[in-house]
Amino acid sequence: MEAAVSSLFAQKMEILEIVKMSLQVSGSATLLSALIGIPLGAWIGLSEFKGKRLLLRLVYTLMALPPVLAGLLVYLLLSRSGPLGFMELLFTPTAMIIAQCLLVTPIITGLVSAGIAAKEGLIFEHAISLGASKTQATWTIIKEARTGIIAGIMTGFGRAFAEVGAVMLVGGNIRHMTRVLTTSIVMETRQGNFEMGIALGIILLLLSFMVSSIVLSNAEEFSLK
Amino acid sequence: MNLFEISGLKKNFGDRTVLNINELTLQTSKIYAVLGPNGSGKTTLLRVLNLLLAPDSGRIKFMGGDIGISQADRLSVSRQMCMVFQRPFMFRSTVFNNVAYGLKLRRVAKPECERRVNEALDFVDMVDFAKHSATRLSGGETQRVALARALVLQPRVLLLDEPTANLDPGSVQHIEEIIRKYHQEYNTSVIIVTHNLFQAKRIADESILLINGEVVERAYTAEFFDHPRELRTRQFLDGTMVY
Repeated sequence: MEAAVSSLFAQKMEILEIVKMSLQVSGSATLLSALIGIPLGAWIGLSEFKGKRLLLRLVYTLMALPPVLAGLLVYLLLSRSGPLGFMELLFTPTAMIIAQCLLVTPIITGLVSAGIAAKEGLIFEHAISLGASKTQATWTIIKEARTGIIAGIMTGFGRAFAEVGAVMLVGGNIRHMTRVLTTSIVMETRQGNFEMGIALGIILLLLSFMVSSIVLSNAEEFSLK
Repeated sequence: MNLFEISGLKKNFGDRTVLNINELTLQTSKIYAVLGPNGSGKTTLLRVLNLLLAPDSGRIKFMGGDIGISQADRLSVSRQMCMVFQRPFMFRSTVFNNVAYGLKLRRVAKPECERRVNEALDFVDMVDFAKHSATRLSGGETQRVALARALVLQPRVLLLDEPTANLDPGSVQHIEEIIRKYHQEYNTSVIIVTHNLFQAKRIADESILLINGEVVERAYTAEFFDHPRELRTRQFLDGTMVY
């Protein structure tokens, strides 16, 4: 433990840079995924349409998408010979954000849809009976399903923050450019610097705990206004 | 004045007809008890009247006007009535916010909203619970908050779906007192679905018996219980009806 702490202090600036990059990449990916996944999940949860079950099965399958496969798909898309190769995004933080979005969006969509569908009928009837229009009733359902929505966002963030396969493939773990906590842990372990690997792992867990705490304590205050 | 005029009303669930009412007229300022065995269409009737369910055929007039024509009409009509469910859902917030919900939907100004919510909570003896979480109340307290949430909107008609089912005798009495008192003070029409025959006797002006979705008998409550005209009503009241 002592060795882990001392190796942390020795590379303080570089670690801060890695932490910042990790938060930036995973935070942006989660935010983008939430912007897509919350409305999409709400729509699936609230509507009845042909093919809904098939769509849900697809979403649930994608929730278990292996990070390496997501990374490979983005790699093929962004590589020089790929359809988006001209954008020269491979081995940049943007490529890492895209890969993580691919992993996180189905998680948020699936959990939001399940959270909303579980309460939809009951809340809708109560809201309409109390004089809500359909739009007001829908908004009430979304507010009441906030625990499911927050759980979706937090699970998505956790998935993005802790995954290594996709960011390694499309980011390349380039020092001062695309190195994040998980890729650093892999690198340190391969080099035999286990103390450093453990120290970075502890930082990762602590940061994850802090983000969850901040989000959950704010969520409690978000009540019917 | 007529509150509801129902004619040729039919509602099916799949192959099963759950409501089949030829003619039924309900007047304003009265308390009606809707009785009947399980699955007789009582709750479906309330849900159709509250515009939560669309009938398959038939016509319903509310205060003389046809309902359910356009979305705007539906909203203005549905805002004149309010339903209290057998198991009310409490929004995850305070008791105050739950009662204020309908007023906020109607964009009632904050001071007016606060005054009316406090008045409604006082009416159901729940003022001290205003800041409590609405999801952590007992069954009786939840039902009182659900009533306050409806009463605060001052509806023309209150639709109550077994509001005292699963409550202890003390809570039943309390809820009945609230309904009776509100009806007397505000002249609000009440349609209450109940399995409790004694409750119907205690609070209803008129009683209606539904069996298999059809109105079997409708009469003043005393007459309904003391001198039922129909054989099926007699069988229902003395518990000898075979379903």
